[in-house]
Amino acid sequence: MAKITFITHDGKEQTVDVAPGWSLMEGAVKNHVSGIDADCGGACACATCHVYVDPAWLPALPPKTDIEDAMLDFALVTAPNSRLSCQIRVTSELDGLVVRIPVSQH
Amino acid sequence: MSHKLLIVGAGQAAAQAVQSLRTEGFDGAITLIGEEPYGPYQRPPLSKAYLLGTFERERLFLKSDAFYREADCELLLNCRAAVLHRAQKTVELADGRRLGYDTLLLATGTRVRRLKCPGAQLVGVHYLRDIADVDELRKIFITGKRIAIVGGGFIGLEVAAVAVKRGLQVTVFEAMDRLMARSVSRPVSEFFAAEHTRAGVKLLLRTGVEAIEGNGKVERLRAGGETYDADMVLVGIGVLPNDELATHAGLASQDGIVVDRHGRTGDPAIFAAGDCTRHIGREGSAIRLECVQNAIDQAKYCALAIAGKPRNYSEVPWFWSDQYDLKLQIAGIARQTDHAVLRGDPYSRKFAIFHLRDGVIAAVESINAAPDYMLGKKWIGENLRIDPGRLADSSIPIKQIA
Repeated sequence: MAKITFITHDGKEQTVDVAPGWSLMEGAVKNHVSGIDADCGGACACATCHVYVDPAWLPALPPKTDIEDAMLDFALVTAPNSRLSCQIRVTSELDGLVVRIPVSQH
Repeated sequence: MSHKLLIVGAGQAAAQAVQSLRTEGFDGAITLIGEEPYGPYQRPPLSKAYLLGTFERERLFLKSDAFYREADCELLLNCRAAVLHRAQKTVELADGRRLGYDTLLLATGTRVRRLKCPGAQLVGVHYLRDIADVDELRKIFITGKRIAIVGGGFIGLEVAAVAVKRGLQVTVFEAMDRLMARSVSRPVSEFFAAEHTRAGVKLLLRTGVEAIEGNGKVERLRAGGETYDADMVLVGIGVLPNDELATHAGLASQDGIVVDRHGRTGDPAIFAAGDCTRHIGREGSAIRLECVQNAIDQAKYCALAIAGKPRNYSEVPWFWSDQYDLKLQIAGIARQTDHAVLRGDPYSRKFAIFHLRDGVIAAVESINAAPDYMLGKKWIGENLRIDPGRLADSSIPIKQIA
């Protein structure tokens, strides 16, 4: 299990255990972390699971695929540390990862 | 006494309704009735990664047990709602229990359309709708086996793609003259036909299945006057709305429980959401959609109305399908459009087709072209008028078109 901390736009912190192999999005949705909609269930088809990754953790993440990059272009208020959480597979190396959730996904 | 809300059905719409009701401040009691042994789960992966075996069952579930506990939502699983007594505001379960409600939400979904030809009852004839169906199918998904797929729609073709990956010999029988005829335009059908053929799938168009034969179990199919050997049959010929609970109680259904823009049926205490409904689409005509988007959004609008904050539903519908490494994404409804614009090159396996009606963009179909899909969806929502010449010119970046 990797411990992942989600911080909502109003500063509420929630640390949850996510099984290796699951996506960051699944870890959030199944644990009732609010602010990640993930309407398409992880198919990289809706851009509603946008998160900001703590910059210190960016190098530890797998790079964005072309489709993630393209979809991110349509998320609201993106930044260089924006990712789609459905495309980040959790591994034990990500234990301690911190991500922030935007104000809105739509 | 607290307001009692009963949800019949435990799919995508039901899960969304529970979440949205609580978000919108509904503080009554919520009970959810589901026929399957499982709480709400995602169906889209069933015909894709779950069938392939790369996605565990646990990951299908939309919410954790803790979610329902925190939302104070009681789950009654393995329960079938048998009769709706509107005058008494109760739902009678198959086991005889009666549950009262103040507000009822029907999220009963659909069931598969069954094949009616001789031999359709043989062992080895499969359908794909729920977890149990796929668990059965996976047991016999063995390299070298011959699978006959009846129906060249999303389900049939997604299963074909997985079967190829698993090393099965795949034949698809489609009665119409093209694939996914109900859902995509002809050029997209033709593109996917070429892709499946290239992957090794034998495609038989204009070929209805006449009979399935075998000694106790599937051995062969008769179709178009020919005989084809097969070890198993997968039928994907569409779904029917589960509207009987509603119609037997006198609620209107026209291939889908009729709801207004708030998701309300003819009975002010009864709402319906998802695949089981027929609503007035954003183009003004009645439509029944079979998609995750509509299940999620109608559930949200029902929750708003139930929480006393009604809003009119007019979302742009969207759909997707994954076959091989191709991501098909569709937004809007391409019916009654008069002009189609191709953007990109199908040979590059990355293109989009925009459909216009009187110059206004009505639908987009994209293959491995997410930006075209995302912008197309936005434009549809804005009823945007677009110059077809600019749209077709892929030297202009998509973001600079409108």
